[in-house]
Parts: sequence; structure tokens; C-alpha cells
Amino acid sequence: MIFNLIYRSLRQHALATLVTAASIALAAGLLLTVWVVKTQSQAVFAATNSGFDAVLGARGSKLQLVLNAIFHLEASPGNITAQDYELIRRHPAVKAAIPLALGDNFQGWRIAGTVPALFADIEYLPGRKYAVGAGGRFFAIGQHEAVVGSYAARRLGWKTGTTFHPSHGVAFNPEAHDHEEEYTVVGVLEPTNTPVDRVIWIPLEGVQTMSGHNPLAATELSAVLIQLRAPAAGLMLNNQLNASGGKLTFAYPIGSIVAELFNKIGWMDRVLTLIAWLVAVMASGSVLVSIYNSMSARARDIAILRALGARRRTVFGAVVGEAAAIGLLGAAAGYAVFAALAAFVASLIQAQTGVVLEPLQWNPVFWWSPAVFVGLCVLGGLVPAIKAYRVPVAETIAPVS
Amino acid sequence: MPLLEINDLVKTYPRPAGGGVHPVVDVRAFALEAGAQLALRGESGTGKTTFLNLIAGILAADSGAIRFDGRDVTRLGEAARDRLRALSIGYIFQTFNLLQGHTVLENVEFGMAFGRGVDRAYAASLLQRVGLGDKLGHFPRQLSTGQQQRVAVARALANHPQLVLADEPTGNLDRRNARESLGLIREVCHETGAALLLVSHDERVLAAFEHMQDFSAMNRALAEAAK
Repeated sequence: MIFNLIYRSLRQHALATLVTAASIALAAGLLLTVWVVKTQSQAVFAATNSGFDAVLGARGSKLQLVLNAIFHLEASPGNITAQDYELIRRHPAVKAAIPLALGDNFQGWRIAGTVPALFADIEYLPGRKYAVGAGGRFFAIGQHEAVVGSYAARRLGWKTGTTFHPSHGVAFNPEAHDHEEEYTVVGVLEPTNTPVDRVIWIPLEGVQTMSGHNPLAATELSAVLIQLRAPAAGLMLNNQLNASGGKLTFAYPIGSIVAELFNKIGWMDRVLTLIAWLVAVMASGSVLVSIYNSMSARARDIAILRALGARRRTVFGAVVGEAAAIGLLGAAAGYAVFAALAAFVASLIQAQTGVVLEPLQWNPVFWWSPAVFVGLCVLGGLVPAIKAYRVPVAETIAPVS
Repeated sequence: MPLLEINDLVKTYPRPAGGGVHPVVDVRAFALEAGAQLALRGESGTGKTTFLNLIAGILAADSGAIRFDGRDVTRLGEAARDRLRALSIGYIFQTFNLLQGHTVLENVEFGMAFGRGVDRAYAASLLQRVGLGDKLGHFPRQLSTGQQQRVAVARALANHPQLVLADEPTGNLDRRNARESLGLIREVCHETGAALLLVSHDERVLAAFEHMQDFSAMNRALAEAAK
């Protein structure tokens, strides 16, 4: 019977039910989004290493080096010499060393110079190597050819045969000059869901010897991406290189360094989470207000039900149940809000970093969030439920004769 | 043994501003046989509604005994009195007290919901019996006053009560509707075997009953108040 009472009350107060459930849905959607994006971006960013164990670069911040060389964000902390590159390439602990030269862009899309070995030898995920789409190929050394990441190609509308002139600088500057060299796209990479998808790749020497670049730095590199033969070698190189006269930075392990980033912006996480919880509490407060405000109008109905034999605990349970039902409705609708909001945030993150989040992947928040919202709504429903419990039947239902 | 037997029943209310209590109901003895129909005469303010509320278990007595079907209602806790009311007593209020947000059929279903459970077919048959078979989906506001009274009658009978209490059931009706409604209440109570205890101050209503008692004379609280 109690479910019948709840259903009928929800139906009778349909507008208030919908408005209150909508506020719960927004709060639930916000909380789910903040939580999922927070936990998943930490996990995905920390796991993003494009198949490398470490990055070697000029003396500076390890985080800046990783952001620049792996995520293709931030400016390069400086260049390293060809000798330094050779030193690390020939090191017995190093399995592969892929050089990167940065310094140009096309309309803000980063151009990176590298060697064909990146595409030929490196597995960006275990068992997965880079591949170009049908009709394409990797660039050839010494040619003005480019291979474009899938996301950049899609956004730029590029395909095999497209030509372009690189602009100077890693960031887009409308006033910066275009280099006179014309490059031709010879392949579009299959999507990797990594930052590589946002990069335009050209031969290493293309960047190094681009017209307008400093000819004295023509053999210098922005960074070297390193695969190690064994993880233990990383610690050894870390000690050796980071203490070698202050010239180089060896960023290892990449995951821990990225985690540092999240430690630095942890306060933002906490603020967003706090806001989401505050919104959740406010939304459950709206359940209290919504039901409580209607209690005067409902008192007569409650008294009638009591006169018909409903127990105090029945009407109490009906009000609490109604609050819980509103919470459940809102929490369920919150998934739709979350799906839309998270898709938007994920696309924003992909556009900015190339990292692809999968918000719909299972996360424990998917079960505890609705439980929390229903719990908060039940708490909100307790106050009007107590009022319902205390409705004086005889005084409320009838004029006394 | 009577269906309802009352002895030395007293109910008091506190006076305003802490001035002690004043008695509202003080009935030495009263009885009603199963299936009987009895009218109680009493003017407004004589404690009739309080008396019915005590019998229904809506109010708790200060002292005395109300034996209903062999059980002393005054010894029952509130939840047990609620249960008794849900299972065995139908109540027709002067102002009908229909649930305005619910359909006619739902209102009658609420009359059985807290007892043996909802029997939609029986609820519909009761409404058919009171002439509202074509109004099941209507809301109370869409009905005339007389029709609302019929819904209240159907609801009072929905839980197969042994006793129907009617508190000025025709007080809000015009003469024709009052006559028809009273006839209907008496008929359906007779058909279902429920005893009927009706209170009214309307002489026309009282005159329709073979058995009538004067509640004003029965309630000693009035005499005490007059002293």
C-alpha cells in the first residue's frame, strides 16, 4: 500500500516532483562528471606514455619535459646536443631512443620532427604499432613529407596529398611568418587515442633545417623519447644523468611525473568536488523544501488517510518513500545529464591534449552516487515525514459537532 | 452481546492557558446491537463528533470502556486502534473528507487499503451500487455535493465494516439530496449487515429512524458544564 501512496502522491504533485527531480538530476550529473573525469583523467594521463619509459631533455622541469615531449603541450625547456643524443642512444641500457625536434606549428597544430623508427619500431601500446590509413605511407627521410595524427587530420580536413607551409613557433601566432618549405601529407595515422593524434609529423631534419631556424642549432634536439631494456636501468640513468653537471634532465618514470601534475592541481579537484557535493546537498534540500511546503496542504489528506486506518508509520514511510523516489528519479535522470556533460568534457580534453577519456567505462561512482542521492533525499524527507507523523487527526479532518 | 458497549466513558480536553481540563464526553452507558441502526440527537458542540471519534479509536479516552466486538478499544494502543478502524469501522464525515487529488475509484480503494487490501472490483461494484458506476475516473471536484456524499458512503462500506459511524452525513446537502442520501446509507448498511450509528441535529433525519437517543441527555459532561 505504501508504494501505492507514494506513486499517487508523486502523480498528484507531478510538477513539484519533476522540478525537484530535475535539480537532483543536475546535481547527480555534475557529481558523476566531476568524479569520473577526475578519476579517469588521472588514470589515463598517468598511463599515457606513447610506449616510452623516459624522456631526456635539457635541464629543467621533468614535468615540463614530459608535457612537451609526450603530451605535446607546453614549451620545450630547451635543446640538447646531438652528442647527448648519441650518448643515450648508444647506452647499453637503452633499447630505443627516438629524437624529437619541435618549434613549428600549423594553425596551432604542433609539428614534430622525428625519425621513421618511431612508426616502424615503437609500440605505443603493448602489441600496437602506428599505422597509416588506406592509400597513405610514412614519410621518407629528406623529403618534405608529413604524416598527420588522426584527430588533427580530421579537424584540419586534411588527407593524403594535402599541402601546407609550417609556421614558426610551437604555439599559433597569426603574425608569425610561414616557412617557405611546402610539405605534402603522405599519410594519416590511424587513431591511437593518445596525444600523437594531435601532431603533424615530419622528418627530423625538416624541423632542424627549416628556413628561418638558427643554422647553428641545426643538429640540436628538443627531446629524446627512450625505451629501456629493463626498468631498473631507469633508476640508474636517473642517478647518472640528473647529476651530470646540470646539463640534462632525465624524466623517469613518466607515470609518476604525470601524477605530480595531478598533485599540483589537486586543489582544483577538491574545489570541484566540494562544489559538486554542495550542489548535491542543496538539491536534497530542495526535496525537503518541496515536500515540507506542501505539508500544510497535505495535512488534511494525511488526516483522512489516518482516519481510514493508515498508521502513523505508514504516512511517515510514505513521505520518506516519496523523497527517496524523487531522489531515485533524479539520480536516474542524472545519468543522462552525466552522459551529455561528460561527453562534452571528454571532447574538450581530447581537443586540448589528444588524450581520450571513456566516461562510460565502469566506475564505482555509478553505483554509490545514486545511493548517496537517495540517502540525502531520505534525510531531506525526514523533516516533512515527522510533520506528517504528528498530524492531529481529529482536529484536522472535521468540524466538531 | 452487543456489538458496541460503552461504560463510564470520559474524555476531557485541557483548558486554554493551563486552566486544568474540561470534560467533553462523559457517557455512563451506551450499547448498539450488531446490524442495528440508531440515531443520536444532539445540537452542535455537544460532543457528538468526539464521541464518534472515541468509538472509532481516532481519539483515546481518558477513562471508561468501549467494547467493540468483545474487545476494549480503550485498552488498545494507537496502532491497534488504527488496525481496528481499518478492518471493522466505516466513517462518513459531515464534510465527506474525500481526497481531492484522487479519483472516485481511488477514494473508495483507500477505504479498504489499510485493512484487507484493495479489491478494485468490489470498489467499483460499491460505486455502481450508489449510482456512480459511470464516474469511476472522475475527481471529487467534478461531482455534485450529493454525488460526493455517495462516494463517501461507498468508501465507508469498502472495508466490509461491522459498524458505520455517520457524523451529520446530510449536513451539507439540500433537502432532496439529504433524503436520498440517508435512504442510501440505511439501505446499504442493511444490505451489508453493518450496524449504523448516526448523529445529527436535523429532526427530519432523526424522524426517519425507528430507534433514536438523545445524546445531549446521555452526555453528562454537558450537565457538568452547565453547573
